[in-house]
Amino acid sequence: MNCCNGCHNQGYEKLNPVFEKYRNKPGSLISVLQEAQELYGYLSMELMDYIAENIGVKPAKVHGVATFYTQFRLKPVGKYLILLCQGTACHVNGADAVKEAITEELSIEEGETTSDNLFTLNNVACLGCCSLSPVMMINGETFGKLTPAKTKEILREFKARESKSAEVTA
Amino acid sequence: MMRLIVGQGSCGNAAGANKVYAAADQLIKQQGLDIRLESTGCVGMCYLEPIVEVINEAGERSTFVRVTEASVVDIINNYTGDKAALDGLSIPQEDKSILDKQTRIALRNCGNINPEDIEQYIAGGGYAAIEKCLRHMTPQQVIDELKVSSLRGRGGAGFPTWFKWDAARKSQSNVKYMVCNADEGDPGAFMDRSILEGDPHSVLEGMMIGAYAIGAKEGVIYVRAEYPLAIVRLNIAIEQARQKGFLGKDIFGGTGFDFDIRIKAGAGAFVCGEETALIASLEGERGMPRLKPPFPAQKGYWQQPTNINNVETFANIPWILDKGGDQYAAIGTEKSKGTKVFALTGKIKKGGLVEVPMGISLREIIFGIGNGIVGDKQFKAVQMGGPSGGCIPAQLLDTPVDYESITKTGAIMGSGGMVVMDETTCMVDMARYFLDFTQKESCGKCIHCRLGTKRMLEILTRICEGKGKDGDIALLEDLANKIKEGSLCGLGMTAPNPVLSTLRYFRDEYEQHIHHKKCPSKQCKSLLRYEILKDACTGCTLCARKCPVGAIAGERKAVHTIDQEKCIKCGKCFDVCNFSAVTVD
Repeated sequence: MNCCNGCHNQGYEKLNPVFEKYRNKPGSLISVLQEAQELYGYLSMELMDYIAENIGVKPAKVHGVATFYTQFRLKPVGKYLILLCQGTACHVNGADAVKEAITEELSIEEGETTSDNLFTLNNVACLGCCSLSPVMMINGETFGKLTPAKTKEILREFKARESKSAEVTA
Repeated sequence: MMRLIVGQGSCGNAAGANKVYAAADQLIKQQGLDIRLESTGCVGMCYLEPIVEVINEAGERSTFVRVTEASVVDIINNYTGDKAALDGLSIPQEDKSILDKQTRIALRNCGNINPEDIEQYIAGGGYAAIEKCLRHMTPQQVIDELKVSSLRGRGGAGFPTWFKWDAARKSQSNVKYMVCNADEGDPGAFMDRSILEGDPHSVLEGMMIGAYAIGAKEGVIYVRAEYPLAIVRLNIAIEQARQKGFLGKDIFGGTGFDFDIRIKAGAGAFVCGEETALIASLEGERGMPRLKPPFPAQKGYWQQPTNINNVETFANIPWILDKGGDQYAAIGTEKSKGTKVFALTGKIKKGGLVEVPMGISLREIIFGIGNGIVGDKQFKAVQMGGPSGGCIPAQLLDTPVDYESITKTGAIMGSGGMVVMDETTCMVDMARYFLDFTQKESCGKCIHCRLGTKRMLEILTRICEGKGKDGDIALLEDLANKIKEGSLCGLGMTAPNPVLSTLRYFRDEYEQHIHHKKCPSKQCKSLLRYEILKDACTGCTLCARKCPVGAIAGERKAVHTIDQEKCIKCGKCFDVCNFSAVTVD
């Protein structure tokens, strides 16, 4: 399938070993999508079409599965993906206030990415760290017992780290 | 050699255990110390994390709690010398006794062995039960032993495990599957994660025993993608079991029984906890349930007989086959045998993972083990069973924990989430929270579930926003009953439970919201009214400066006032006032 610029499947070669791995294993669509997302960060329409073509299912089915499961992202995400836990314990212990703190600090709502492409905020069902509630995870690292002030402090640390590395590159 | 063991479940790591481990590792290597550094799973005392255990040459154990990168260095430096210096780090006696109040079967190894070392599992009697089954028992005898134990499914529904195995065994087919449901989706529950991270081999052994009983050659573990550490440890465990010859062809040698296990990562859908939806997801489809019968025991994965059990169920099985079904049945009540693991969270002082015998009262768990409510506030309710369950109020605290008694209260045993709530938790908001969850997680197949939960959520949201109307309660009840009747699977059939159970015990809170526009727990923002007390205000101007919408007016050293029209009820003024001059009603 050609993309809008007429180029042919540019940059999707990394998926070839994945197709090979699951070639004779029926029912592997979810696994292929998981690996594709791991490689490319999110599932674009072109990427889903490319997968459909290569594993021999209809694009509608790929799209149907990708939109059904919350793990799959259809839009690009920022460098730091914030997963804010929506579990019961977190809710009872003030996850809403943490969400507000993130929104105040970064000016983004659930599902949005900051204009500098640094942070994306996603809600997530329980992370299973209930005893540390409320909890958020940033790129795999878990932060617990959050308060609005602590949340802002953590985000500022990430920001500071970024501007420092930007200075170094400059 | 002295051993230093760091508790490294996901929650321990989140509390800093991985940093503690790294600091200890660095020190030991730097100074060339004769200490073996190990890691273990979660012992369940989450409020004390990170936890470090030291076992000296004589085999004496010392436990240290709330360890930091700095204090682990103290522990290593002083352990052989000035032990008194470590008193402040040692586990307090009252916390030590928490373990004594429990009966640990499913969690028998969690926090005791290194989950990444199969030898430690074997040393504790691991893999003896499966070998005994393979060499000395027929599949029917295995199922009979399970029947004696009366073990019921620990995932939520509480269906007798032996009955499912028996049905799958009797199905005629050359190909059968043994599936482990590790898609722990209940928000507020993490028992299965802790078992997978802390003792993966017990789950593998349970699956092997089940596979032998029903005649399956292939096992699949369907595990949540949100549990990366569990997936890592399962992969290590499976690989080690294969190398030992416990998985693969002719396992344990000379038994003629072939069995292997693979992992399938779920992709985030609560409904996949339902058996038929889980099977659809395993096949790479959208996880939507289908009508039963045929049951998975007849036609499941790829249309072949399939048995699905939950993680905790599997973890119990090697113990039962090892010690005997009657030993297991000796624990618990008449209809609910054995133990159950609970994730005790919310407004609880000593939250964590506890395993208790069936029949113990809620009061014993919450106050005896959990030590009561944070800040000694008033206990209001405990939520059991997550989005399918309900809230049990204070007057029913002496209810024994068994399937029948809990169901009678309007909640369900569920998978083991126990979220404790105090006087500051609004029950209408709780109901709204759960409907928000089920509404998002409804797969959309049944109209009653798809649209009904959405309508219920809209009504509850309206009530929380102070726009409740006469007749809303009746409408909620009507919708609830119709959703229960009109839904195919457990998700829809139980989705209205959080609303029905809060209506049953906390109807007055709903009425306060609807008729008096008041939230008794002061949680529903739209219903709050902030005011400044004339007598207490010193005119320091702090609240006026902090108000994000400029709703507070007043000169320095003069009483301030809040413009109710402008106020967005954010509570900033209440938080910042140093003179308790801001009230909220």
